[in-house]
Amino acid sequence: MDTFIQQIINGLTLGAVYAMVALGYTMVYGIIQLINFAHGEVVMIGAMVAFSVIGALLGLDSGLPPALIVLLGAAAAIPVCMAVAYAMERVAYRPLRGAPRLAPLITAIGVSIILQQLGMMIWSRNPLAFPQILENRIFHLGGATVSTVQLAIWLVAVSMMGALTLMIHRTRLGIAMRATSQNPQVAGLMGIDVNRVIAATFIIGAALAAIAGVMVGTYYGIAHYTMGSLLGLKAFCAAVLGGIGNLPGAMLGGLILGVVEALGAGYIGDFTGNWFGSNYQDVFAFIVLILVLVFRPSGLLGERVGDRT
Amino acid sequence: MNARAPLLQVTGLAVSYGGIKAVKGIDLEVASGEMVCLIGANGAGKTSTLKAIAGLLPVARDSIRFESEPIGGRPAFELVRRGLALVPEGRGVFSQLTVDENLAMGAYIRRDHAEIRRDLDNIFDLFPRLKERRQQTAGTLSGGEQQMLAIGRALMSRPRLLLLDEPSMGLAPLVVARIFEIITEVARQGVTVLVVEQNARLALQRCDRGYVMESGVVTLHDTASALLDNDQVRKAYLGE
Ligand SMILES: Nc1ncnc2c1ncn2[C@@H]1O[C@H](COP(=O)(O)OP(=O)(O)OP(=O)(O)O)[C@@H](O)[C@H]1O
Ligand SMILES: [Mg+2]
Repeated sequence: MDTFIQQIINGLTLGAVYAMVALGYTMVYGIIQLINFAHGEVVMIGAMVAFSVIGALLGLDSGLPPALIVLLGAAAAIPVCMAVAYAMERVAYRPLRGAPRLAPLITAIGVSIILQQLGMMIWSRNPLAFPQILENRIFHLGGATVSTVQLAIWLVAVSMMGALTLMIHRTRLGIAMRATSQNPQVAGLMGIDVNRVIAATFIIGAALAAIAGVMVGTYYGIAHYTMGSLLGLKAFCAAVLGGIGNLPGAMLGGLILGVVEALGAGYIGDFTGNWFGSNYQDVFAFIVLILVLVFRPSGLLGERVGDRT
Repeated sequence: MNARAPLLQVTGLAVSYGGIKAVKGIDLEVASGEMVCLIGANGAGKTSTLKAIAGLLPVARDSIRFESEPIGGRPAFELVRRGLALVPEGRGVFSQLTVDENLAMGAYIRRDHAEIRRDLDNIFDLFPRLKERRQQTAGTLSGGEQQMLAIGRALMSRPRLLLLDEPSMGLAPLVVARIFEIITEVARQGVTVLVVEQNARLALQRCDRGYVMESGVVTLHDTASALLDNDQVRKAYLGE
């Protein structure tokens, strides 16, 4: 029972990160039906920029409180990721608007490779120890534990998702984003500059990705130039699980995927007579993806395909 | 600017889709304050013409002038700011947005919030049924209500030229009559109107002038009353 609760807690932490990243996939898909495979790399860049800034601030011996240093790291990562996402949209995807769907998809894979190589050139091919400077107090809940870092991740994720939901439903830009995703041509007839709305979508997704990058870095204490690939792929699974294009779906899908993965990792040994260990935990995301694609391709909260037209 | 220049002047407009020529060099004018209709059989090129004027199709720059400025091929979102609004064929309401949100998108280009609220009140006076359904998603409205929403939404941008593509499509005769009453009322309030319509009789009864299109060319244009008396028009479009 204690393992169970512990794995739920760990799963929800991981799930909050997946949800933040999945939102970026799902928003972009919702608006231009593109699976932006380079989105995971934006998370990596977010983590790396934060790593550099935090490292530099520590090197300065500034005496700043650790929480502030991490915040400054995130504050640097966010605009960098926004700029990267804007550039990729502008340079790689916008020229392909109206091209057959395979073209931007393959381009996305290309962008992902380029960003990863750039990451390697800037931050080396070695795993980097992400400074874990936050005071990580542990609280006991029965036999399970929750750390302050986990609580912080939840708090940030929940407020980010709340803010995004408000923004999508209450602001002029948010309504324009939904209008554009439903019918870009008619959106143009309203005076909406569709290209700007699409750029805004990439930028907002990138801000969430940057924060997610700082979260994983802080949580696992490690950063590597390839860290975006698997994380991105799992977040993509989460988006599909929730129903790609659907915002609440991405949040729900992320949380469920995190929990499934954590429970899977916690129990796979027991269930297979220790044939498989918890190092197989990455498998669960893809099992979930396959099950969703077979049994409910539109995802948990996704609309049926016919609703789009 | 020449005071007598028409609000909209189309000269030699050509539209093609790949190799197919849908509009083959038509001329058309709408003066400020006029209500003009464009009638013609299915596939004549009416929608293509309106789409080209609204900035949804690539066409030659000089083939369309709005307030004497060449606007051919300018993107739609820019033309809205100049005072052009299109109610597209099939209405094009944002079905998953509420009535209020659809109307807010109609006013997307505007920042004068107090005036927007006034215009909203006017729209609800014009279409009381929309007022009762403000929080309902547009997809759940009836066809007639959706058409009202599409027209109301276009008016929210305060257009000087309102383009309507078959506002009667798929609606019951009574609703069609009501829609045309409202369009006439809008025109009376000073909005210039160019309407494409299958229901030629109704359109010609309501409009000042009319153009008849066939296979991508304008074959006739005259005052609406003259067209209503024209033998060719009566045979081909009025079913007499
Ligand atoms: N996107 C498109 N691609 C190829 N051909 C098109 C396209 N849109 C229209 N056409 C062709 O252009 C011609 C004119 O079409 P258009 O829609 O302008 O006619 P219309 O007068 O509005 O007809 P209707 O009364 O049926 O609405 C038609 O032959 C049509 O098949
Ligand atoms: Mg048509």
